[in-house]
Amino acid sequence: MSLDPSFVGRTYPPTAPYQVGREKIREFATAIGATEAAHHDPAAARALGHPDVVAPPTFPVLITMAASQQIVDDPALGVDYSRVVHGDQRFAYTRPVVAGDELVCVNTIEEISNRGGHAFLTTRTDVTTSAGEPVVAVWSKLVVRGES
Amino acid sequence: MELSTRTFRVTRADLVRYAGASGDFNPIHWNDRTATRVGLPGVIAHGMFTMALVGRAVTEWAGAPDAVVEFGVRFTRPVVVPDDDEGTEITVDAVVKEVTEAGLTRLDVTARCGAEKILSQARAVVRTAG
Repeated sequence: MSLDPSFVGRTYPPTAPYQVGREKIREFATAIGATEAAHHDPAAARALGHPDVVAPPTFPVLITMAASQQIVDDPALGVDYSRVVHGDQRFAYTRPVVAGDELVCVNTIEEISNRGGHAFLTTRTDVTTSAGEPVVAVWSKLVVRGES
Repeated sequence: MELSTRTFRVTRADLVRYAGASGDFNPIHWNDRTATRVGLPGVIAHGMFTMALVGRAVTEWAGAPDAVVEFGVRFTRPVVVPDDDEGTEITVDAVVKEVTEAGLTRLDVTARCGAEKILSQARAVVRTAG
């Protein structure tokens, strides 16, 4: 498995807006055992200066993982998803995601390398509101394992 | 900042709940036949579930659910979750690497399953003032 390094720098068209729901944030927070009131109670979130319940730090991956299918499914790049392993994950937040956000993702291929029969693909997803306000930048490194 | 060790028990039921909430239904996180077919010892936790638990530790240390400014990890070792009521246990520790004048604290985080480190380069920056 090798990926074409000339794809580095390629940016894909913005994804359709994702509506962040209060119940989705509550469901996600419950699934990870996060009990802080600001994830569940709008009044508690407002007391911290947010318009509605606050998503836990890794919540944006729900949106960016779906968005980055754009890259994984790009037939010209040719990633074999059945061989993909999650290598690294990083978030840099301008502010937390909150219920009521309408978020758009722009995916960019930041790095491609091929070593030891494996391919390494680093994507950056810039998550903004549909009005263009930056919210969080999300990096994922995927390892596409070679045939052994 | 008080950085006491955080411990999280992880069972199959937790993985099923996380799969539903996150939309990540990869069968290696719930089906032993699939997991062993691709060479894993058994069903493993979603890397992002492990990272979410580490995120809980970080926000608890910071004392605020909205304090995280940066958060990154490298997944180095899978967390195998046996099909029993006990599951497995993840422990999370951290040390302060830097406190900036801008009111940010940089943490180096260690996450273990048993004696084995499951993440490397696990770092978080949290807002501690302002």
